[in-house]
Amino acid sequence: MYQSFQEIMDIEKETGKKFWEIVRDNDCREMEITAEEAFHRMQAMYEAMRDADNSYDPSLSSASGLVGGDGEKLAAARRQGSLLCGPFLGLVMEKAVKMGESNACMRRIVAAPTAGSCGVLPAVFLSLEEQKGYPEEEMVKALYVSAGIGGIIAHRASVSGAAGGCQAEIGAASAMAAGSVAFLLGGDAEAIAHAAALAMKNLLGLACDPVAGLVEVPCVKRNVIGAVNALTSADLANAGIRSRIPPDEVFDAMRTVGKMLPEDLRETGKGGLAATPTGIAFRESLKGF
Amino acid sequence: MNSFDIIGPVMVGPSSSHTAGAVKIGNISRKLLGVPVRKADIFFHGSFLATGKGHGTDRALVAGLLGFSVDDSRIPDAFRYAGEAGMEFHLSGIDLGDVHPNSVKLLLSGDRGEKIEIVAASVGGGAIRVTQIDGLPANFSGDYPTLVVNNLDQPGHVTEITSMLSHKSINIATMQLYRSSKGGHAVIVLECDQEVPDAAIRWLSHLEGILKVTYLGLAEEPALAEG
Repeated sequence: MYQSFQEIMDIEKETGKKFWEIVRDNDCREMEITAEEAFHRMQAMYEAMRDADNSYDPSLSSASGLVGGDGEKLAAARRQGSLLCGPFLGLVMEKAVKMGESNACMRRIVAAPTAGSCGVLPAVFLSLEEQKGYPEEEMVKALYVSAGIGGIIAHRASVSGAAGGCQAEIGAASAMAAGSVAFLLGGDAEAIAHAAALAMKNLLGLACDPVAGLVEVPCVKRNVIGAVNALTSADLANAGIRSRIPPDEVFDAMRTVGKMLPEDLRETGKGGLAATPTGIAFRESLKGF
Repeated sequence: MNSFDIIGPVMVGPSSSHTAGAVKIGNISRKLLGVPVRKADIFFHGSFLATGKGHGTDRALVAGLLGFSVDDSRIPDAFRYAGEAGMEFHLSGIDLGDVHPNSVKLLLSGDRGEKIEIVAASVGGGAIRVTQIDGLPANFSGDYPTLVVNNLDQPGHVTEITSMLSHKSINIATMQLYRSSKGGHAVIVLECDQEVPDAAIRWLSHLEGILKVTYLGLAEEPALAEG
């Protein structure tokens, strides 16, 4: 995996290859597979995301009872036309909640980059495909863009809530999705990098404070802000707006912020929302087997 | 690292450590027993005990013992499948002391008196470590073909094993030695780059001073197919 956006921007300049091709070619070398095989493997991931979205079951609730059925409420509001955000963003929000709920309810999902943030990429990608008419092939390429960005984040910072807080899960997913959308809108490596950086800047320092230590509250609904933030960040980048702090430096800042976060806010279920009276009461009611 | 460490795995939720990792611990423990599990006593420690119920860690572990993979959609119904497969299991809590917070102890037995005791930990992102076998320390991931030999602590056993592996052209990736006390029971754990053939394992288990040989191969064994 590449360790900086600068590296990828330099390769793009030298070779004329696109961001996604640069990431894919690196996979081919590391995994000793052909470009075609690499593409099919990523396509399988995209199809698994679509299957997971299609198999949402509104009647399910999680083992704790804290999560379930909210995706259907959003779907109903969207059908009624009562969502201020409109039909496209409404669909994005709905898919993000549905995937987060499916994960909490032990359905099959694609960790991207983690299970807790599994709703961000599919919400953005599947909504764009359904409503804006992008062909699947472009979505698979865009997933390679996501993977490349995730690799840079994993190297410079982290993609684990326990290590870096929620900025490393929802934040990372949002940055990955933002860069991918910038690509779909026709952006080059520079636009992709800045879209990712703009998205991360909005979520820097986000605490990982799951109630009762479960991937439920606030994780499921945070997938919505990750997805919507990706779209707005991509629009900013596509309009020519640049992060005043260079993208690689933004992700270095993410690393230092993650290190400064107290352990109580890094997936221990001890701080933040988990430490509220209601959060503690839920935890006590769920102990043991 | 490659793109599929970021996009993927495809897994049954909700947690890579508490769900997918637990399935993997079950898978590896089943292989270490070497025969289908008839009875399983499962003791959850630390974060597994505190949050396992909400994460489906209990069902994930039982699913793993049945041979289901991390993306098997039957995981939530593992208890029912265990009943159908005639696998008896018992779940409870335990304090294993100063170990990884996501640890579990398993006492497994097979149809013909085969028994194994395993302590394993889910160490993040779905990766696991086996930390104890039959009361003696171990430290392996299950990502390599792994040979675990329990023997009497006396000279010559390391040579016997390593010459056998050399004879079969098997390269050793890592090797660990532990013993309970001088002259007591010892355990040798070898992670290898190639699979160890059955005949070699049988030969080893018949040697004087070798008490038990356990082998973890990477080949998928037939589990209940997903229907």
